[in-house]
Amino acid sequence: MTSEILVKAVDVCKSFGTFKALDDVGLEVRKGEVSCIIGPSGSGKSTFLRCINLLERIDSGAIWANGELIGYRRDGDKLYELSDAEIARQRRGIGMVFQRFNLFPHKTALENVIEGPVQVLGESPKAAREHAMDLLNRVGLAGKGGNYPAELSGGQQQRVAIARAMGMRPSLILFDEPTSALDPELVAEVLDVMNDLAASGMTMIVVTHEMGFARNVSNTVAFMDGGRLIEHGPSARVLTQPDNPRTADFLKAVQR
Amino acid sequence: MTDTALPHSSRDAHDIAHLELVPRKHVGRKVFAAIVLILVALLIRAFVVGQIEWPVVGQFLFAPVIIQGIWNTLLMTVAAMSLGIALGVLIAIMRISGNPVLEYIALVYVWIFRGAPALLQLLLWFNLALIFPTMGIPGLFEINTVEVMTPFVAAMLGLGIQQGAYTSEVVRSGLLSVDTGQYEAARTIGMTGMQTLRRIVLPQAMRVMVPPVGNEVISMVKLTSLASVIQYSEILHNAQVIYYANTRVLELLMVASFWYLAIVTVLSLIQSRIERHYARGTRGRTTI
Repeated sequence: MTSEILVKAVDVCKSFGTFKALDDVGLEVRKGEVSCIIGPSGSGKSTFLRCINLLERIDSGAIWANGELIGYRRDGDKLYELSDAEIARQRRGIGMVFQRFNLFPHKTALENVIEGPVQVLGESPKAAREHAMDLLNRVGLAGKGGNYPAELSGGQQQRVAIARAMGMRPSLILFDEPTSALDPELVAEVLDVMNDLAASGMTMIVVTHEMGFARNVSNTVAFMDGGRLIEHGPSARVLTQPDNPRTADFLKAVQR
Repeated sequence: MTDTALPHSSRDAHDIAHLELVPRKHVGRKVFAAIVLILVALLIRAFVVGQIEWPVVGQFLFAPVIIQGIWNTLLMTVAAMSLGIALGVLIAIMRISGNPVLEYIALVYVWIFRGAPALLQLLLWFNLALIFPTMGIPGLFEINTVEVMTPFVAAMLGLGIQQGAYTSEVVRSGLLSVDTGQYEAARTIGMTGMQTLRRIVLPQAMRVMVPPVGNEVISMVKLTSLASVIQYSEILHNAQVIYYANTRVLELLMVASFWYLAIVTVLSLIQSRIERHYARGTRGRTTI
């Protein structure tokens, strides 16, 4: 794959107090690529994902997404911190799906999807509504637009969350362990939607423990451990013939 | 083995469907209910045979001065509570703004206005002219404090500002009750901080805030009676004006009590309506 680079992280470091969550992490993701980040819990996968859309601020290093330096504006040899409004604008192009869905509980499924397009992008409610219906249809929830999140199963809620992220017409969607909070029998319906999304050419970075998804859907796999990115490459190679013994150990443990 | 134990061998012993059911007697319940009913009856009797001229109560119940007092009480409740809620939201947002100066000012505000009695604050505002005979921006305009600080304005400021200190704590607990995931989800769809507050966080916080704010509105109805001290013509003040003239003190206090109770009853009904509105999207959680 030789398309343009959509996300590029260089030497990203992030500490929480004395705990070094990210240690010189670098990663490149190309347009249309599905990249899985795997690794043991506490390895910094989610933190790294959250740095890409500035839910966490990095201590050093740099992240570019959609051709823009995230969180800063470069002017000559100075970096200026962006204002709230400018950061909000950068986030529009980066969708995110959370482990715990985080749907807006006071809004129906349809209202969850149209909230961003209408309030942030300024789309007309009518156009946003049509787009949202189409998206709910795509995630298999055509008849559930009028339901509140509390009336939906976990799998349905997560599919609404994916539709909400797509409603902003992002060029990239981040998935933070999207199936980890689901009952086992509901995992497949969410993975199916993600498969379709990947097939449609969406660029996706997916923090996951679903090795099947990493193997069958993703183009590249990155393995993180102890805040460092240990290994990154085509998924078939990383998952079957890892270079690094720590990757091999991890794979052996999760595939047991 | 006693005779109440289950005889394992007998099949007949398990066939109890045809037996007569004798409900519990609840003797204790009945005794206590009787005692309380007797006490209530004695209390009612005391008021009936007491030195209250009930016809006088009826005579003044709808007197124009009393009706005027009801409107003024309602007006003050709305005015002071609006000011209180506006200040409460402002102070609560200052507390979580991340700006250290604003946070500190908000803390001091709550400390001072929650710390002084409401009556004392009313008197302070009413007598503001004693320290600031004139108010204004030097060189631009100037007004006499006495002219501005009418009983209405003094009562509204005194009650509204101290209410803001209490309401800010209610609003703050409402804001804190909203999961951080909601703030994050709002950010990921490109919302700014103010959009997040207005569209996502405050509507959810309302569900937590409505019951205590409803209580505060009801408290405020009664608190407005303090304004009688600074000559604001609300229910109690007008009832007092009448009984200073005709000496029917208790009768007019009964009239005032009736109207406060009536207003509070109506407000309680409105409160439960509003609670239902903001509970949308949540399953009923009225029992534990």
